[in-house]
Amino acid sequence: MLTVSQSTKSAPPAVELSQAAVSFGRQESTVVALQETSLRIADGEFVALVGPSGCGKSTIMRLTAGLLQPTKGAVIVGGREVSAKALRIGMAFQNPTMLPWLTIERNVMLPLKIVKPFRSEYRAKKNGEFRDRVRALLADVGLDKFANHYPWQLSGGMLQRANLCRALVHEPSLLLLDEPFGALDQFTREELWGTMQSLWMKRRPTVLLITHDLKEAGFLASRICVMSARPGRIIDDSAVNFLRPRTVEMTFEHDFVALNQRLRELIIDARSETAIQGA
Amino acid sequence: MSYEMRRRFWATALIVAFFGLWEILCLALQVSDLVLPRPSQVFATLVDRFPVLVPHIIQTLWTTMVGFVLGVVVGVVIGAAIGVSRTAYDTAYPLLIGFSSIPKVAVVPIFVLWFGSGSVPAILTALAMCFFPIVVNIATGLATTEPELEDVLKSLGASKLDILWNVGLPRTMPFFFASLKIAVTFAFVGSVLSETVASNRGIGNVMMSASSNFDVPLVFAGLFILALLGVALYVAFSLIETRVTGWATRRQDFTAA
Ligand SMILES: Nc1ncnc2c1ncn2[C@@H]1O[C@H](COP(=O)(O)OP(=O)(O)OP(=O)(O)O)[C@@H](O)[C@H]1O
Ligand SMILES: [Mg+2]
Repeated sequence: MLTVSQSTKSAPPAVELSQAAVSFGRQESTVVALQETSLRIADGEFVALVGPSGCGKSTIMRLTAGLLQPTKGAVIVGGREVSAKALRIGMAFQNPTMLPWLTIERNVMLPLKIVKPFRSEYRAKKNGEFRDRVRALLADVGLDKFANHYPWQLSGGMLQRANLCRALVHEPSLLLLDEPFGALDQFTREELWGTMQSLWMKRRPTVLLITHDLKEAGFLASRICVMSARPGRIIDDSAVNFLRPRTVEMTFEHDFVALNQRLRELIIDARSETAIQGA
Repeated sequence: MSYEMRRRFWATALIVAFFGLWEILCLALQVSDLVLPRPSQVFATLVDRFPVLVPHIIQTLWTTMVGFVLGVVVGVVIGAAIGVSRTAYDTAYPLLIGFSSIPKVAVVPIFVLWFGSGSVPAILTALAMCFFPIVVNIATGLATTEPELEDVLKSLGASKLDILWNVGLPRTMPFFFASLKIAVTFAFVGSVLSETVASNRGIGNVMMSASSNFDVPLVFAGLFILALLGVALYVAFSLIETRVTGWATRRQDFTAA
């Protein structure tokens, strides 16, 4: 069931990091945030990235979004070298960052006000086609009754659903998620895995999900990459072939538990390695 | 009775009690009206002299508002300039702090020296007193965009202007309107201050000349007018604030989410 990821595929990758490294600061006080790392993500793939805290997961995400330039190596997204201006990525973080002066509907619509092909039509369509699109998306995550509510009227889990909608509304081909469910309780989190899975199955964007929750990675991803402790690099890369749609019950089955345990050991080893180095 | 009604009732009661006690104490202790006139005397003077006072009220309000409007323009420009750039903020802040800590009475003679007595120093003093709170609030508002939200927007290809327009400005509005009500009372103080030093018009000037004529009830009448105008300006801008930026009052609930 667990296989090392296929090295070659016919379609060009959606994302390709080749020997990309990042360090911060000047010569005397450089912090290497990411060692030379290579990662290919195929079109429509759902990749989860796990690893000890501070190993460079968010750095990989910022690289992929073009918010950060690699110190060494290259980052190719959609066949071109990245820069934030040329992309239309969907992003979501742990903090839902809804704008408090806008309704949920208007918050979710925000990308349409900014992203290129839509922004010129925003004025004309914000009360027509765009609103229908946002309503449909909100209905998919069970928030249709809250379209006209303000963020403070929603719970944390509901805000996170809205946050996913905002990341998807402009139909990005690439979705970057940095611990989006990290601040939620276990039950809400499991509920949102289901929501995320059906959103993905319906639209099939390429997804890079960063998470600390191994169960979450196993539930959602079609491939899991494990990183070493800082300065990070990818030490394991395995496909996850459980049938979809996956259910929470499946996470208690033998194969799933075995996968979880293997990942856990890899991360524990990676952490203790640095502990020895640090001593 | 609701909490709001009780609050209003007691606030009014306190004001009435204050003036009542003042009146009674003056009568009981037989205080001369050359030292402390009774509120009833002050009120009578106010009604009596009102036609004469009107042009002075207009003068004071006029210089206050001109100074205030100029102060808002200057404050917004400086605040925006240092709010969008961390470097500009750090560079300009010490100078601004230095300027703001000068007691503004000290600059009135300089304005008089340059422009003669009259409306101009009053306007400039009002401006000098009121622009600083606006600068601080605009700069703070602009500087506090969540980095994560900025990342989301940048990855959508948003320009600096897009971010400023969609996030920076709306977020700054509550700060801005909160600063307006403070700035307008400061402008008012500045304008009166300048009138007491160098002007032949305005409530500040009326009070100065009345005091040199020992017309103590008129001095107090001027004081009453100042208090009323000050409260009226504050209330007017508070009302505008709550109307324009009502969403911000729910902010605490929002951040808890
Ligand atoms: N702007 C920066 N300046 C200096 N160092 C940085 C910067 N951003 C990240 N780092 C460093 O790079 C390393 C990797 O950071 P990163 O945020 O990618 O970790 P992470 O894997 O996302 O951690 P976590 O799981 O805790 O979110 C950290 O040690 C951090 O201190
Ligand atoms: Mg991180």
